[in-house]
Order: sequence, then C-alpha cells, then structure tokens
Amino acid sequence: MKGNLIKAGARTAAILSLFALASCTGQGVLDPAGPVSAGERTILLNSVVIMLAIVIPTVIATLGFAFWFRADKPRGRYLPDWAYSGRVELVVWSIPILVILFLAGVIWVGSHDLDPFKPLESEKRIKPIEVQVVSLDWKWLFIYPEQGVASVNSLVIPAGVPVHFSLTSASVMNTFFVHRLGTMIYTMNGMVSQIHLQADKPGDYWGQSAQFSGDGFSDMNFITHAVAPAQFNAWVAATKGHGPALDAAAYARLSQQGTVKQPFSYGAVQPGLFDQIATQKIAPAAGPQVGEPHKHVRSETPAS
Amino acid sequence: MKLLGKLDWSAIPLDQPIPLLASAAAGGVVVGVVIYAWVKGWWPYLWNEWITSVDHKRIGVMYIILAALMLLRGFADAVMMRSQQALALHGAQGYLPPEHYDQVFSAHGTIMIFFGAMPLVIGLMNFVVPLQLGVRDVAFPTWNNTGFWLTATGALLVNISLGIGEFARTGWLPYPPLSELAYSPGVGVDYYLWAIQIAGVGTLSTGINLVTTILKMRAPGMSYLRMPVFCWTSLAANLLIIAVFPILTATLAMLTLDRYLGFHFFTNDAGGMPMMFVNLIWAWGHPEVYILILPCFGIFSEVFSTFSGKPLFGYRSMVMATMFICIVSLLVWLHHFFTMGAGGDVNAFFGIATSIIAVGTGVKIYNWLFTMYGGRVRFEVPLLWGLGFIITFVFGGLTGVLLAVPPADFVLHNSLFLVAHFHNVIIGGVVFGAFAGYEYWFPKAFGFRLHRGWGITAFWLTLAGFVLTFTPLYIVGMEGMTRRLQHVDNPLWDPWILLAGFGTVVIAAGVVSQLIQLVVSIRMRDQLRDVTGDPWNGRTLEWVTPSPPPTFNFPVLHDVHGEEAYWGMKQAAIAQERLYDEPDYKPIEMPRNSPTGFITAFFATIMGFSLIWHIWWLVALSFVGAYATFVVFAWRDEDEYEIPAEEVARIDRERRAARGPEWLASLGPQA
Repeated sequence: MKGNLIKAGARTAAILSLFALASCTGQGVLDPAGPVSAGERTILLNSVVIMLAIVIPTVIATLGFAFWFRADKPRGRYLPDWAYSGRVELVVWSIPILVILFLAGVIWVGSHDLDPFKPLESEKRIKPIEVQVVSLDWKWLFIYPEQGVASVNSLVIPAGVPVHFSLTSASVMNTFFVHRLGTMIYTMNGMVSQIHLQADKPGDYWGQSAQFSGDGFSDMNFITHAVAPAQFNAWVAATKGHGPALDAAAYARLSQQGTVKQPFSYGAVQPGLFDQIATQKIAPAAGPQVGEPHKHVRSETPAS
Repeated sequence: MKLLGKLDWSAIPLDQPIPLLASAAAGGVVVGVVIYAWVKGWWPYLWNEWITSVDHKRIGVMYIILAALMLLRGFADAVMMRSQQALALHGAQGYLPPEHYDQVFSAHGTIMIFFGAMPLVIGLMNFVVPLQLGVRDVAFPTWNNTGFWLTATGALLVNISLGIGEFARTGWLPYPPLSELAYSPGVGVDYYLWAIQIAGVGTLSTGINLVTTILKMRAPGMSYLRMPVFCWTSLAANLLIIAVFPILTATLAMLTLDRYLGFHFFTNDAGGMPMMFVNLIWAWGHPEVYILILPCFGIFSEVFSTFSGKPLFGYRSMVMATMFICIVSLLVWLHHFFTMGAGGDVNAFFGIATSIIAVGTGVKIYNWLFTMYGGRVRFEVPLLWGLGFIITFVFGGLTGVLLAVPPADFVLHNSLFLVAHFHNVIIGGVVFGAFAGYEYWFPKAFGFRLHRGWGITAFWLTLAGFVLTFTPLYIVGMEGMTRRLQHVDNPLWDPWILLAGFGTVVIAAGVVSQLIQLVVSIRMRDQLRDVTGDPWNGRTLEWVTPSPPPTFNFPVLHDVHGEEAYWGMKQAAIAQERLYDEPDYKPIEMPRNSPTGFITAFFATIMGFSLIWHIWWLVALSFVGAYATFVVFAWRDEDEYEIPAEEVARIDRERRAARGPEWLASLGPQA
C-alpha cells in the first residue's frame, strides 16, 4: 500500500516536473483610482478577511484530522461509534451563522452605500459632469450633453470631479466597466441605467464591455482619460465645432455593426439624441447580424 | 416550400477545417464502433442487455458513459478556448475567428452542464439510490430508460451542430436580445433550444422517478431518518429538478415562440422585456447548481464515513443542512445580475440570502471533519478526492461569498474571477464528487476495483492542473479581465493567460491518467476482482449484494433497524461468527426490457433536427412516430417476467459462500 503511494507520487512528480511556473504582479480592482472603487476594495478585503478567519482553520483541521487519524499509523484514539455531540453541533451551526450575520451587515450597508444610482458624497460640493453612454455594435458612444460634443471609444473626464453616467444600448446588452473606477452596469435597449463614478487623479484607465455582445465583442474596449479640469475644458474647446456633427443620420451610420480602431469625436450633437435612442423613438439598431451559416462577420472601421 | 426547409449544402462547414475535421473524425469513430460491434456480433447483446434495459443499474452506467464522452468533448472545447487566448495576445488573432470561438465557449458551457455534469450525477443517483434504499428498481423503469435516451438525443443534437450548420454564439445561456431572431438569425440558437428542451424532458422524468422511488419504495423499516445521506441529498436534488426544470422549459419555450412565431416576450421592440429572460433563466439556473452539488455532498458523506470506519457525524444535522440548502437555493437567483441596477434593498436581500446558503455548506464541511475525528482514515482514491474537495471547495465558497456581496460583485461580475469561481465549485465540488463516487461504486457495478496507483496519479494531476489553471484566472479577474474574449489586448494579463493555458495541459495529463486507469483496471481485472461484494467495508445496503448486483438487486428485502442498515447486520454476523440464516427464497417479478425509450428518442432526434431546419413535414411525421410508440407501449399485455426461486437461491448462495467465516474474521471485531 505504501509502496504504491510512493510510486504514484513519483509518477505525479515526474509529470509535473516537465512543466515550469511563472509569476507576475499587476494592477487591478485592488488598485483603485476613485472613491467608488476604493469603497469596493475595502468591502472586498474586509469580506476576504472575515472568510479567511474560518477557511484557514478549516483547511488546517481537515489535513490535521486526516493525518492524525490515518489508518496505517494512527495517533488519536479510535472512537468507532462517536457520531453525535450536542456541543459540537452547537459550535458547528453557530460559527457559520455568526460569520454570516456579521457579513450580512457588511452586505446591507455596502449595497446601500455603493448603490450605482446613489450620488457620490462629492456631488454635494461639486456639480457632476453629465455623460450619456450608448453601447453600439461594437463600440462605445459617449455624449456630453452640456458641452454639446461626443466621442467614440474615448472617454475624457476631469479628474477630481464626479461624473454622472446615463447609459443605454442601441441593440443588445452590454456592460460598461472601467475597473479602476469601480462599479460596472448593464446597458439595455429601451432602458436607462445610471452610475456615479469619479477619478481622483489624472491617468488613463482601461475600459471595456463586460457582457458578451457578439462577434466583435473583444474589440469593445476604450480608454478613459482622466485629465485635470483645465485640460478637460481645453479638450471640449478643441473638439467643439470641429469634425462631423452627430445627428440622426450620422448615428444611423455609426450604429451599423463594426469595430473602431482609432477613437474619434463629434464637434456637435443633435440635442435630445440620447433620449430618442433610450425611448426607442430611434428604432433599435440593426444589431449584430450573426449566425447565418457561412456568413462570416468581419470587423470594419466605419467612416467618421 | 423547400422539401428540406432551410437545410442545404451551405450548412456543411467545407471552408472551416477545424469543425469539419472534428465532426468527420467523430462521425468516423461512431461508424467504426458500430461496424466493429457488428463484426464481433455484439449488437444482439447490446440491444437486449443495455439499449432496451429498464434495469436502473444499467441505465445509470449508460448515463455515466454518455457523461464521460461529453466531458471529453467539453474538455476539448476548454483546451481550444485556453489555447486560443494564449495565442491571441498583443494583437494576434489566434487560430479561432470570433464566429467560431463564440460557438466554442457556448458549446463548452452547454455541454459541460447539461450533458456532462447532469448525466454524471443522474447516472450515479440512478445506480446507487435503489440499492441504498434496499429495493429492486425505480418506480417507473421504462420511463427511466426513456429519460436516458431523451438526454442522449439532446447531446446528439448539440454534436450534430458541429458538422451541420452551427451552434449558438450567445453563451451557454442565450441572453436576449442577442439570441432573438433579429440578431441571431442562424440555426445555432435553435440547436441549443431543441437540444435542451428534449433533454429537459428526460431530466424532469428522472426527477419525478427518483422522488417517487425515494418517497414510496424503501426497504421495510427504512424510515426517512434511516435513509443514507446520499438518498437524502438525491431527494433534495430531485425535488429541485421538479421545482425548477419546468421554469427552464417555459423560459426556453417563450424564446422559441419569439424566434419561430414572431412573439415578443424578450425582444427589444413591441414591449418585449429581455430582463425577464435573465430573471427566469436564473430562477432555474441557480437551483441547478445545487441539483449538481447536493448529490455530490451525499457522495462525500458516504466516502468520509466509510473510509474513516465511523458513522457519519451529525446525521440529522446533515439532513437538516441539506433541506435548508434545497429551500434557500430557490431564493438567490438575482445575485447573477446585481449589476443590472436593481437597487440597494433588492441587491442586499439577495446578497444576504446567498451568503446564508454558506451556513448549510459550512455545517456539512464541519461534520465531515468530525467524521474523520476519532476514525481510522484509509487514504483510498475516493477519500483523496474528498480531501481535495474540502480544500478547494472552501476557497470556492470564499470567492462565492465575495461575489454575493453586491459591492464586490460590482467589480467582479462577468470577469474571469467569476469564471474561476464557478469552475472552482463545479470542478472542486461536482467533478471531484462524481470521481469519488465513480471510484467508490465502480467495484459494485463491475465486480473489480479500479487501479489504485493510476487513480492517485489522476487525482494529483487533476488537482495540480486545476490550481494552475484557475488561480491565474482569479488574478486576471481581479485585474479586470472580462470573460469570453476572443483576443486579449491588455498586456497586463498576458503571463496569467499563458499560465492558465499551461494548467490546462496538466489537467489534460490528469484526464489521460484517468483513462489509462480504466484501461489498466480492465486488463488487470482478475487481480483487482472483489468477490465479496463489500470491498471497502461499507455501511449501507448496496454492499450487502454481490458485485455486480443481480437484476433484482436483493434476493430478499432486508429489514432495516437503524441508520446504517448494513453495518448493523454485519456487526451481528461478526459477533455470531456466521451470516444470518438462509432465508426462504421466493420467485421475483421484474419488469421486461422495452425498446420504447430508444424508439421514442429516435423519433425525437429526427423531430428536433427537423424543427431546427424547418422541415415541417418531417416534424409531423416524427411526432406521430414518437406518439405511436407510446400508444403501443401503453397497450402492452405483459410487462413483467418471473425469476424462479431456484435461480434467486443459486445467486444468493454464491454470495453467502464468498462471505465465509474467514471474511468475517478479516473484518475484525469492530472494523
């Protein structure tokens, strides 16, 4: 029996040693760049610590009990009929119940504090920037209604200023997600969802769709440029009145399926465009046309 | 109207070498096996003893063979996904274009859940539950066979889509509006819908069958609180099947009406509501994971108890925890879409309900721990899977609780962290559990054990590969990487994607070891033979019969006097140094085998295929065929045959001879 174990162990080790390991560190949701993601990181870490407090002893006890009472060389006394103990049962039920009670408090408070629809603390002092987001196949349209400009696959926001996003979709579901700013939210046709986010410091942050939306989904990425407020105003001034205008006709062209390699912007936006999309006054886009046998859908760059 | 509906030569992927060659190879293997069996003259045996068998043990084995084939298919998909991502870094496009890659991940999830994990778990329940209950069959034997073949029909349809047409490109749960006709006009979603609908009939019949069996057909004296825990967890799982599979059927039926008859349940226009689909599909989808995991909790309970040489610790507590999980699992579905913006109150309710389930699971883990305490723990292969399960599953539970905390989910939803989490609980829980059950009950099914050394090798490689694959996915998920990416544009993620790809290679080595174990064990079956029918010093009634058990399972039905029916009988025999007196053998009536299930499924396959391709005349014809099969079955004159008392006596005397005084002495005074 023992020889068998060693032989099998050696065989396993031999197969494993054929391969080598690599390791690396990175930045992610644990490296927040705004108050929302910072709050979420705190809750994430608190929950991990609460859970580890019972997970680690459980793992140690599992290995310990199995080793201590192993049949070939047992250390503990054999208790062949020991199958019930009121005291143990009490502990066994109490530990998870107490932990979950504690966690339930974290969940209740956290769900309300970080509700995507809830305005940020800073919005009491600073008027938020309004950004309207439309997920298209397969790109992101950002409309700045107060500034009268729009951009595709490039989100420019002032750092240190709260941003209120209203989001909808031209056709299928997507999820708007800039992981270093926090909270993702679904975009759906005929509906408007909302989030409040803020970047504390200038920087470029990776953004993407987190809900599969068809063949071009993997290219639905965008960069969030958080810039100093003065630079933001400079960007608006430079964009406004330059390049094409986003009216219903331009929107119809833009909403055709295809990916965008180079972000671009619109110097003017037809007022109320977002509401017309969200209330389906503009009909849902033709959307991804996938799934005829042998009709391969290729990504193209639409004319801007 | 075209005679073949939408079907024409363009459905064959002549320009796509991967699916073309894969389907040609798969078809070639099937034809080869059929011809080989024909040359060898095996078909009458296969037809009479297996295909038409209504014996729950044979049906259980067929379910597991189907599951094994589909697990291999699903694993091939997994290898393609991991290798595609590893090859599609830095602007590279890899070898799978999006329209193909999207089908691969959709097929992977669909096959693994519906045709891998489900048949695996249902097969084990089918085989074990009647034996543990001490009865001769399930409540509805022919229906049981029909349920199996309908499940096989679904699996067949999914695999046909590889070579004829395409599979869904929408993910394993086809969220509208993407899955609506407007955005997915091809046959892929239709393949999904009809495969799941037909297999769903099979699953629902299994649920009704096993619940009826457990509630109405137990050995004399086996009250509910004397049932083995595996029967309890099976009862809970099958109650959940009855409760939630109709939701799945109704939801997919609504999507089908949208796609076939222009309804607007989930469309963007005309007042459709896609969010409703998401709610309904998860009202089925979340209990579904408990349908899979609860029976595996039962398996671990049997394994920890048997290999610790002790009764299960806290039996009543375990029963309570099982039923607690069964009920609360119906109240948590919204945690799959906290990020749709339901608001603080709703999110908090479902978040708390979800973490409450962890109480039931926590209790179970502690009770397994205390089952080992004071035991004599034998490190046989099933116990290794059990220990591997506890170690990995507690971390899966940890990440699950994290995802149940809405603010944490807001940054982890749909990321590879989520993917790593559900693979952590499904591989660490369901797959490890099913493998433990496979190693544990294999000698019961075939009369010889599986090779221990290769079993241990397979365990360690699978465990190591699992850690190597999914730890990196947790990490990239924390770094914001979302699931279902055909290529990876963020260089931050590259090393982890490569490491996960390497982990898949190690899992593949584990899969190969498991296959080698089976081949080696069959070749060494004479050395591994178990003549007593009780190779592990078991405690429940399945170990009282010979291995493999006769058709009728038990020559006489045993009176049950405690929680561990067989253990009590065995201790009495050891104390008296002899078995109980030879009983008075009587003839036994058993149900006749019936081709009803196979013929029904044959017509159902044609019906599903012609519905997918809009071949309406064939739909009508095959429906009439399936219906007529049932009518013929319903008007049958004879449905049972008698096994004479002498035959029963002969089989039982052989068993008693193998359990002589030496065997009793070898068990020792207590173990």
